[in-house]
Amino acid sequence: MPDLIEGFRNPDHIKALSSLIKKESTRKINIMEVCGGHTHTIMKFGLPQILPESIDFIHGPGCPVCIMPKERIDHAIALASLPNTILATLGDMIRVPGSKTSLQKLRAEGKDIRSLYTPLDVIKIAKENPDKNVIFFAIGFETTTPMTAVIVQMALKENLKNLYFHINHVTVPEAVDAIMCDGDSKVDAFLGPSHVSVITGYKKYEPIVEKYKTPIVVAGFEPTDVMESILRIVRQFNAGDKRFVDNEYARAVSRDGNLKAQELINTYMDVRDHFRWRGIGDIPKSALKLRDEYAFFDAEVKFKEFLPTVELDDHKMCICGDILKGKAKPYDCKVFGKACVPSAPMGSCMVSSEGACSAYYKYGKLAAKGA
Amino acid sequence: MSKKILLSHGGGGEETQSLIKELFLKYFENEILLKMEDAAALSMNTNRIVFTTDSFTVSPLFFNGGNIGKLAIAGTVNDLVMMGARPKYLTCSFMIEEGFSYDDLETIVISMRDEMLKSGVCIVAGDTKVVPKGGVDGLFINTSGIGEIVLEGISAHNLRPNHSIIVSNEVGNHGACILARREDIELETELKTDCVSLWKPVEALINAGVKVLAFRDATRGGLSAVLNEWAETSHVCIEVNENKIPVAPEVKGICEMLGFEPYEFANEGTMVICVEEGEEQKTLDILHTFEECKKASFIGKVSDKYENRVILNTPWGSSRFLEPPKGELLPRIC
Amino acid sequence: MCLSIPSKVIAIDENNMATVDTMGVRRQVTLDLMSEPVVVGEYLLIHVGFAMNKIDVEDAEVSLRIFAEIVEAMEDGEIDDEDGNMNYA
Repeated sequence: MPDLIEGFRNPDHIKALSSLIKKESTRKINIMEVCGGHTHTIMKFGLPQILPESIDFIHGPGCPVCIMPKERIDHAIALASLPNTILATLGDMIRVPGSKTSLQKLRAEGKDIRSLYTPLDVIKIAKENPDKNVIFFAIGFETTTPMTAVIVQMALKENLKNLYFHINHVTVPEAVDAIMCDGDSKVDAFLGPSHVSVITGYKKYEPIVEKYKTPIVVAGFEPTDVMESILRIVRQFNAGDKRFVDNEYARAVSRDGNLKAQELINTYMDVRDHFRWRGIGDIPKSALKLRDEYAFFDAEVKFKEFLPTVELDDHKMCICGDILKGKAKPYDCKVFGKACVPSAPMGSCMVSSEGACSAYYKYGKLAAKGA
Repeated sequence: MSKKILLSHGGGGEETQSLIKELFLKYFENEILLKMEDAAALSMNTNRIVFTTDSFTVSPLFFNGGNIGKLAIAGTVNDLVMMGARPKYLTCSFMIEEGFSYDDLETIVISMRDEMLKSGVCIVAGDTKVVPKGGVDGLFINTSGIGEIVLEGISAHNLRPNHSIIVSNEVGNHGACILARREDIELETELKTDCVSLWKPVEALINAGVKVLAFRDATRGGLSAVLNEWAETSHVCIEVNENKIPVAPEVKGICEMLGFEPYEFANEGTMVICVEEGEEQKTLDILHTFEECKKASFIGKVSDKYENRVILNTPWGSSRFLEPPKGELLPRIC
Repeated sequence: MCLSIPSKVIAIDENNMATVDTMGVRRQVTLDLMSEPVVVGEYLLIHVGFAMNKIDVEDAEVSLRIFAEIVEAMEDGEIDDEDGNMNYA
């Protein structure tokens, strides 16, 4: 029985892969890891230190909290401020600063804001508080979207009248396309997200490779997975002109993905024509909302009059946008580590545990080369 | 109907006296306490004394391997021991919420008695308050402690390059154990707190003449807090090897699941020791004879690479800074 | 957010909830996203209280075997550990 966690952190394997990559790498390759979790694996395990100079990482927009424009964070704050309301969300969302305050600060002032470890708790909260409005502020890429769909299904089955959803789910392929579409992208290859791919299957990346000729290797989360995936990228370049999607994470990812999850998403959600990504701007068809027939659940419909509509840009010193597009590193930001720190973040990249700035701050200059 | 603590038990009258006699005096029995004076008159063998205080508000009150009472005794004893002192006397104040279960209180008091036996310390003065419902969360305990310094010169200012760093047990057990009990997380595990008094192992190190420079028990903020405090206080760098830091599999599991690092989780019976270069094996040999220090490990060295910082070396040749823990990581754990 | 971890199924109840174990820590997860039947002893990838997919243990073994072969091949050739770190193995 292989150790499915420690087995993929075997120091001998990692050292050997490092040597092989150093031996076989012949040209400069800029690799974008799309998923924020990969940014953390890379930084936490110090992988840039055991890779050759020819491999450079460009950090992508794979942090669902980081890409939320301020006005939508203000939506969460507006909803949480309503009387008789419980706002629930997952993880880091409560710490992200909006234009005036954050959910965490609002909670300290007495508003009922719940940070959940699982969206299943939303059903429990709604049932336990029948005379309150419970709003689930749903965020996440495709990994988390099916869970929200299940909750919608449960809410329908249980005929819950006090539960609403504010959907901010976004999709990876459109984001990757938007980055590559931008003429001055320096990305040569992608590390495909681990768990988004479990849901979508790796078939979703084939059109991108076809269009831009950038290899995409779907990588597992562990350091060995990331190193092996980088080796596969190097080998794709060395082997000639053929570019394809490669699946390093075969133990969890298939070409078609989790069809039941996909079906659930399609049953309850629809693609939005437009959605503004922080720092990137509008990416068409990159986000989801509840289908029209479920509009009675939709917090953006039910509470429309309370939701701000003005688009808000970031503080001019904040370069989260460039970082998300892969045009800058956290160290390039003048306020990184000074005015902008995890306890007082100016931009989302610093506050979310998946943000590039947070990873660089936490794991320090030692973990990133050239810093 | 099980017996409850009432407001009258804290009133200072008959009910208070009977609670003290039936419960506290019964289990904390010692000559000084039994005198029941306004204050304890003490004799010390030296004028080199250490004095500390701690309040305990842990929630939940009962957890795998311990409870708030055991924690209070071990916590204060360890504060004294970490100064190279023999723990001698404790005070203990209880702040009890009206309606608290008498049986629970008795269980806690018995744990305290059992824990005190490990170091020979005794409670010589105490106080009992009962507050109306909601005034405290079940039970809060404050303990103060006095000890006699037997090993002089222990200080966080002592660290210099080439000194060695040893940890006496797996890191993070207490914090992870408490976190798993949180209602909103709902994890089940057999993981126990590492809560224990450390006088006996420290006494053995002192008696064997081990050249110890500093002791610190890793409580809130865990190993990371201790190492960072030492690095800053002594203006040195501390480099530790990840694969030498003992971590229980359950703690690893909880960290993986929730995105934490075991180095930030609290301990309550695990100490970090800085010894002179060359003393590592002697230290480990002594520690390994104690059940509570079986997993003791030599984890790193003091250096001058990056002043005031702690570096974590991975087994595959990369390094990162171990940042001091920040923010409210956990619910009340001590 | 993407925190997912392989966990072993140790029990399944009638509400489609499974008890899973990761390194000695157990919790309840829902199988509502699983289309194929799940059996005790299998390994699942868990994310925010939901099982997302099974982990193909055979595939994992294949991967680990390949890595082990790379190590062997390297040992026969050169191992390049340029970074001088303090290691007290």
